[in-house]
Amino acid sequence: MPEPLLSIRNLVVEFRTEDGIVHAVDDISYDVFPGETLGIVGESGSGKSVSTMSILGLIPQPPGRIASGTALFKGKDLIKMKKRELRRFRGDELAMVFQDPMTSLNPVLKVGYQLGEAIKTHYPKVPDDEVEKRVVELLRMVGVPNPDQRYNQYPHEFSGGMRQRAMIAMSIANSPSLLIADEPTTALDVTIQAQVLEVLKTVQAETEAATILITHDLGIVAELCDRVLVMYGGKIVEHGDVHTIFQNPRHPYTIGLMDSLPKLTEDEEWLRPIPGQPPSLINRPSGCAFHPRCFLAQGRVRCREEVPALRAADGGTDHGSACHFAEELIGRHSKFAEPVPAGGGS
Amino acid sequence: MTEPTTPDTPLHLQKHLIDQASTLGDGFDPALSGLVDPTVDAGLELQARSQWSYARSRFLRHRLAMIGLVVLVIIFGAGIFANLIAPYSFEEIDLTNVLQAPTTTAHHFFGTDEIGRDYLSRVIYGIRTSLEVGVFVGFASTLIGVFVGSISGYYGGWIDNILMRITDLVLTLPALAILLTAAALLGQGSQWRVSIILALFYWTTLARIVRGVFLSLREKEYVEAAKAAGSGDLRIMFRHILPNTLGPIVVSASLTVGAAIILEAVLSFLGFGIKPPIPSLGSLIASGQQFPQKWWITVFPGLVLLSIVMAINFVGDGLRDALDPQQRRVRA
Repeated sequence: MPEPLLSIRNLVVEFRTEDGIVHAVDDISYDVFPGETLGIVGESGSGKSVSTMSILGLIPQPPGRIASGTALFKGKDLIKMKKRELRRFRGDELAMVFQDPMTSLNPVLKVGYQLGEAIKTHYPKVPDDEVEKRVVELLRMVGVPNPDQRYNQYPHEFSGGMRQRAMIAMSIANSPSLLIADEPTTALDVTIQAQVLEVLKTVQAETEAATILITHDLGIVAELCDRVLVMYGGKIVEHGDVHTIFQNPRHPYTIGLMDSLPKLTEDEEWLRPIPGQPPSLINRPSGCAFHPRCFLAQGRVRCREEVPALRAADGGTDHGSACHFAEELIGRHSKFAEPVPAGGGS
Repeated sequence: MTEPTTPDTPLHLQKHLIDQASTLGDGFDPALSGLVDPTVDAGLELQARSQWSYARSRFLRHRLAMIGLVVLVIIFGAGIFANLIAPYSFEEIDLTNVLQAPTTTAHHFFGTDEIGRDYLSRVIYGIRTSLEVGVFVGFASTLIGVFVGSISGYYGGWIDNILMRITDLVLTLPALAILLTAAALLGQGSQWRVSIILALFYWTTLARIVRGVFLSLREKEYVEAAKAAGSGDLRIMFRHILPNTLGPIVVSASLTVGAAIILEAVLSFLGFGIKPPIPSLGSLIASGQQFPQKWWITVFPGLVLLSIVMAINFVGDGLRDALDPQQRRVRA
């Protein structure tokens, strides 16, 4: 097993609000290996963004607070790091692509200048003409046509898809070893989504950066990711490689997520949504946070009272599920499983 | 037009549309207008307009602002080139022509004062003094205001609290009373001393404006993106956020110039401002008190002061409308 690039252990992030403490991320641990793509899925408020933003020091503190945990990146703990030191990592070794390209570029600065800034911030000694050359090269790499002219344009002259391309170009400007893409396609329409995903793929292939892809779109996960973390209520409820997760999900929440999606090859009258509401992160349900919505729980006391630990499941070495009754799901395939029953994807 | 070789490309479509347009509009030749450049594959050679060019054209269309600008250029031009334009020096005494009414003989177009100094020259030099005071105060107070406002708005929390309470304090002080006290203690002085005292009073409004803009902009995603790119606080404040606040800053600075000129005139009128014999519009107006019958003593500097301040306010209005179209009010 190779050395992980980023290794997060027992991360707890809280937000203090007037209504009480929001447990946004509750004791999660995961690894990211060099060159791989890790998908983090979950519904809004499941803590998927916060779990990555917090290690970059990008959550507002206060009210946010990293209560405990470590995040070893190339052997250094990002959480204990001083602000100044962390800043050197951000945008250089660790880069981020944001959700909304319409607001992530500064409207009063030229796009080329903003991309150049990303380089200049970390390498102030690079001469201006070289920075410009590099920026034009980056824009070409992400598929912006006429990069020479686009260099001198303002963000409002870019379409949404172009802006997201520019944002991706900015994030890879310094050849990061870890790229965090926080719902990079959510704000784009479907055709543009496909293009941007294509760009992400190319970029990944060229820079060989490990990528954390935060999304709630399982289709994107299936398309791009090697491994998947499923988060619910601030906890990881299931992890595994992407084939296992789609073939043999072993957590009722993952199954619920997939059941709520349409399958295009079949004629479906109704989708099956997960009943109920996402949990309040201030007063979480006791026991398993998912039990009020779970089809497996059926009022069982254990689900209500005991917080399930993440434990190994049957889909391979890296497959784990946080369900007391994961074994009851053995033999069950998700509706996206291939018709020929396979014994696990990997 | 040449026949496109690849009929399915969007380029073809565009050329086709342009072809159509050229048959509709007289004198529209796509090849000449630069819309179709066979060397550029996209065929989209539209010259984009920058935000500044929009702002400029809005400003140029603003009639009052343009009138104000012309008036300002004339008056301030006279002040700047006072030594070239003024027919006499401001201290040149001509005892044969004391309190001469405006006349074209002997070139005393604005008349003379009680010791025979040419009044036109004194007014022109007075403009220069007022201009110096106004520009200095506008500049210095803007610097202070931007500094205080941006730190306050960006960092928030206790820093914001302390800075804003200081701002409130300065804002509540009755400026004129303090200025008179200061002037009485320090005595009359050069225009620079008056300017510094004024600047220490005029930064508060701008500090609040800048703070407000910073408070809202620091939550923007592009600020977060800049942070994620590893930018430091100073870089974010002055490279990313400050350019977004330029509009209100320019407007406020221009209005401050007008306000400072008035307040300098008030101080000088009350005899606490700029030390004679250097003329200032305020002291020139004040000297008219002794000679109620000699109308030109008061009227000319008064008119000039009025024109300056009105023109500055018109220009400020125009700048606001040009730079901040969202706040634009419907004009009559």
